[in-house]
Amino acid sequence: MAKSPQEEHPQKAFGWAARDPSGILSPFHFSRRENSPDDVTVRVLFCGVCHTDLHSIKNDWGFTRYPIIPGHEFTGIVTKLGKNVKKFKLGDKVGVGVMVGSCRSCESCKQGLENYCPKMMFAYNSIYHDGTKNYGGYSNMVVVDQHFVLRFPDNLPLAAGAPLLCAGITVYSPMKYYGMTQAGKHLGVSGLGGLGHVAVKIGKAFGHKVTIISASPNKKDDAIKRLGADAFLLSTDPTKMKAALGTMDYIIDTVAAVHPLGPLLGLLKVNGKLITLGLPEKPLELPIFPLVLGRKLVGGSNIGSTKETQEMLEFCAKHNITADIEMIRMDYINTAMERLAKSDVRYRFVIDVAGSLSE
Amino acid sequence: MAKSAEQEHPTKAFGWAATDTSGVLSPFKFSRRETGEKDVRFKVLYCGICHSDLHMAKNDWGTSTYPIVPGHEIVGIVTEVGSKVGKFKVGDRVGVGCMVGACHSCDSCDNDLENYCPKMVFTYSAPYHDGTTTYGGYSDVMVAEERYVVRIPDNLPLDAGAPLLCAGITVYSPLQHFGLTKPGMHIGVVGLGGLGHVAVKFAKGFGVKVTVISTSPSKKKEAIEHLGADYFLVSREPDQMQAAMGTMDGIIDTVSAVHPLLPLIGLLKSQGKLVMVGAPNRPLELPVFPLIMGRKVVAGSCIGGMKETQEMIDFAGKHNITADVEVIPMDYVNTAMERLEKADVRYRFVIDIGNTLKSA
Repeated sequence: MAKSPQEEHPQKAFGWAARDPSGILSPFHFSRRENSPDDVTVRVLFCGVCHTDLHSIKNDWGFTRYPIIPGHEFTGIVTKLGKNVKKFKLGDKVGVGVMVGSCRSCESCKQGLENYCPKMMFAYNSIYHDGTKNYGGYSNMVVVDQHFVLRFPDNLPLAAGAPLLCAGITVYSPMKYYGMTQAGKHLGVSGLGGLGHVAVKIGKAFGHKVTIISASPNKKDDAIKRLGADAFLLSTDPTKMKAALGTMDYIIDTVAAVHPLGPLLGLLKVNGKLITLGLPEKPLELPIFPLVLGRKLVGGSNIGSTKETQEMLEFCAKHNITADIEMIRMDYINTAMERLAKSDVRYRFVIDVAGSLSE
Repeated sequence: MAKSAEQEHPTKAFGWAATDTSGVLSPFKFSRRETGEKDVRFKVLYCGICHSDLHMAKNDWGTSTYPIVPGHEIVGIVTEVGSKVGKFKVGDRVGVGCMVGACHSCDSCDNDLENYCPKMVFTYSAPYHDGTTTYGGYSDVMVAEERYVVRIPDNLPLDAGAPLLCAGITVYSPLQHFGLTKPGMHIGVVGLGGLGHVAVKFAKGFGVKVTVISTSPSKKKEAIEHLGADYFLVSREPDQMQAAMGTMDGIIDTVSAVHPLLPLIGLLKSQGKLVMVGAPNRPLELPVFPLIMGRKVVAGSCIGGMKETQEMIDFAGKHNITADVEVIPMDYVNTAMERLEKADVRYRFVIDIGNTLKSA
């Protein structure tokens, strides 16, 4: 008979989980595996709330296995080491993002692209090598293979840096892959939320002119004055959109809702690239003529490799890039999820796990 | 008062034109400009019939200016060159494709990508620099600026070489640009018509493995035995499609009818690229999950610049790549258009202008 979450593993653990598609989170006792020789135990200090967490607890995509403990942007301290662990020592400040395992033998893994491994294991909701389900960072401790643990640079704060582990790498990786690291280009960022606001900061650090494309006029001030965007383009203003046609080298599209791609494609120059990162529930409409007539492309990207994630953290540390966060207590999480559903956050909630998670 | 087509330029010309959206073509007298200092004038011997000619003759895209003399796969022999022409001389075998002009001062033009110039001038039914409308290759004579003329290698027959000027460059350019030419790669070609059959030949010329993806099982034998494709996938057979998932580095999609992209994206390996060269006139559904999960790309491409068009023709000369053509007399053109509409041609009609275009 299958063991209960509490009995499945030898190390007791505690977190908050959702038990059904209402998505309501509540205290949950469970257990973590014993450290294998390659495993590191992380005492969780902070965990970012990603929109994917919200989609997952509500089973928006249809593959949630309840009970589910979300959280794939968590930082903390190393408290236990498996006997083969050389990369870390006790007390090290570390982070874990979206991936905690992969097959390590396919073409993608061999090329160091674990994020494209067909058997890649997510920090939560996936089945691990030992056949048990992964539970994420809304919990007091996590046991992770050292390969998937990132060192947190000293000058990167653990709370405001936590969202980089998903939001940060999700925008940094495609900027490199699609050739956006050469300074002086014009980058459009569509959507100003968790991903979008980090994209602005990283885009500026790469030396680009950054225009935010948004349907919310009230975000303009913040975008320009605080985040440092060069321009704000109101997507609902036809005159402004027309004037901006053919002006952008790239667009990072972070919008998760279903939305038209035609207007964004029009903003691109010839050879322009539209990178779509949001995960809408339904397919999007893609007009083909603009792609053909301007040799434009629409490309996807999924987080980044572990090597790239480490590189991204160093890059952000060097450029003093962190997320803009609203720190919350664990017991505020359900309210936070309601607010997140309405985009009512500037721009990421981060749970003060160590400071507020108590049994 | 605007001059008539016959009087607007100093030298007489004769061709066949469509005069309304029925798209029916008939004899048409018009005129061509004098050979300017940068111009090349040539007697047209053959002209390929591109599916775009059919769309334009019927004004399917709303951009046609009647009367319209179609034809942008034009080949012939040079009869006169302007004083500043350095690359061609009388007697040379030459061709003109889809473009006859551009601004020559924008980023695209500076990068030998006249095809992406916002002021690019199409070979027919477009406003030229002198204010007149361009007329294409279903005609006895052609005049074009040297920059837009390519030399046809001696070993390539003019009739079977003509379609390379549009179909050829349309598939060659994205194969190169998107890096789909490395030996050992596996490339898919969707649709086996004018573009598709030439795509198979160029891809094999690059040494890649080629799978044709088609809705018509009847095309399989020809695809493998005659065109040299390595495999043939019937896109309506779910088992075949499933077995081929995640196996292709790139796919050139030549289909212009509305069709689903999801199965094609599924055929791509991680980091694979789906390049659209057919242009459906309605948006297609783009499933975003698989693009994200596999870092895949959907891109478009439109003909190619003049430098790469010459490069493409030279490559074709070196590898003996020509189109499979059905040569027809000029007065068969309307029947040919009807057959083209039903995809009843293997795989390009080419009009024998030199021998069958007779002025009244």
